[in-house]
Amino acid sequence: MTRAVKPPPIRVLIAKPGLDGHDRGAKVVARALRDAGMEVIYAGLRQTPEEIVEAAIEEDVDLIGLSILSGAHMALFPKVLKLLKLRKAGNIPVFAGGIIPDEDARALKRHGIKAIFGPGTSLEEIVTTAKGIARRSS
Amino acid sequence: MRPRSPLPPAARAILRRDRGALARLITQVERRDPAVVPTLKALYPRTGSARIIGITGPLGVGKSSLVNLLLAQLRASGKTVGVIGVDPSSPFSGGSVLGDRIRLERKAGDPGVFIRSMASRGHAGGVAAATLQAARLLDAFGMDVVLVETVGSGQVDVAIRDIASTSVVVLVPHLGDEVQTLKAGLFEIADVFCINKGDLPGADLAAKDLREYVSLANNAGRWKPEIVVTSARDGSGVPELWQAIERHEAYLDRDGGRLAGDRRRASREIEELVLDRVAGDLRGALENEPKHAALLERVARREVDPHTASEIVSRTRVRRRPPRSR
Ligand SMILES: Nc1nc2c(ncn2[C@@H]2O[C@H](COP(=O)(O)OP(=O)(O)O)[C@@H](O)[C@H]2O)c(=O)[nH]1
Ligand SMILES: [Mg+2]
Repeated sequence: MTRAVKPPPIRVLIAKPGLDGHDRGAKVVARALRDAGMEVIYAGLRQTPEEIVEAAIEEDVDLIGLSILSGAHMALFPKVLKLLKLRKAGNIPVFAGGIIPDEDARALKRHGIKAIFGPGTSLEEIVTTAKGIARRSS
Repeated sequence: MRPRSPLPPAARAILRRDRGALARLITQVERRDPAVVPTLKALYPRTGSARIIGITGPLGVGKSSLVNLLLAQLRASGKTVGVIGVDPSSPFSGGSVLGDRIRLERKAGDPGVFIRSMASRGHAGGVAAATLQAARLLDAFGMDVVLVETVGSGQVDVAIRDIASTSVVVLVPHLGDEVQTLKAGLFEIADVFCINKGDLPGADLAAKDLREYVSLANNAGRWKPEIVVTSARDGSGVPELWQAIERHEAYLDRDGGRLAGDRRRASREIEELVLDRVAGDLRGALENEPKHAALLERVARREVDPHTASEIVSRTRVRRRPPRSR
């Protein structure tokens, strides 16, 4: 096998835990990350924390992005982080987007969420941050 | 091959069904990381029992939806299943959105399923090589069936022949012109035709059309592609689709086709590997090799043309240098 000429792309899982049925925001972010050269595994709506973690392991991703609007973030995000640790995948960084009050955002960061993007965040900022926190950079 | 050399740790991890290790090996294979080669070598003798089934066809015809139903049916009958979904990379950014997982459902925590999304990362030959190795890793991992979904566009669907023992081509009613342009290539590929979205009008007509086309093909004594109408919406025809796949697999076992197919695939794979080695070895080496300095000089002076020079270089390079450590 020959050495790859270009560095391999960052693989990122984009998933939407919780019960709300809107994934427009998640899709826009997925496309922006693709346009930045990443391989985006799009897991879709209504994923349980268990499903998200299994997908992250099978896909061997460098990064996980979670999007939520339903307000269940304080229940779901820490669960994802806990399961990742349990499955020896605690080194996969997780970022989040959605409507998350500042106080919750601070608590989630203490839990280990690496970055949190509110509704007004520019795609450019999301892409730059995502590249910065991915565990294998390209 | 030396008998019974100890297995590399990653190979042992596969044999004890470590899912993380499997995922990491697929990543290495995708990156063409040479460090993975000893593991692939060690695992090869433990492969060959999985049935590798290709599901190909244009975007949106329902391949992932069908894979989802086949997955459920196979799990219900106790078979373990690996799924590989291949999607194209953007030629511009190199990135991609891999969405096949959206359609795939399974019981929570089912260890009998492993799903992996792959991007084509540029050239079709590369997809084939990495996908073949990934399918083989799933085989070594102990999966009974590996379903490989590829988007049927040009070269990629032909490459499925280099991976799968049975290839299913999925179409939909009223594909019209697209089928016409696909047809030429389709018959080299399809062991089974699946007309999905059978709940939409026109499916029977499409099946009849295809049946006529198949009967015109001159393949006396050989496998005649089967045609199955399915609806992934209501699940109808999916058991029949699997039966058609099984009939083709049984045909391969009966007629010695399996060995012939494996030999054909082996020759393609070895060719690619040798070409890779030669290319890797040669690239950039010519300019720095003293023995070719004079020849390059003469080409530069228009005393020898590049074609003749290439013949001379190939003749003098038959004996390979030992591989550089990489
Ligand atoms: N009416 C109908 N729609 C279907 C059927 N199978 C799939 N679809 C729809 O077709 C679209 C594409 O399906 P998908 O499985 O992602 O196609 P793929 O791109 O070939 O993998 C989705 O909206 C499905 O719901 C079917 O049998 N009947
Ligand atoms: Mg698909």
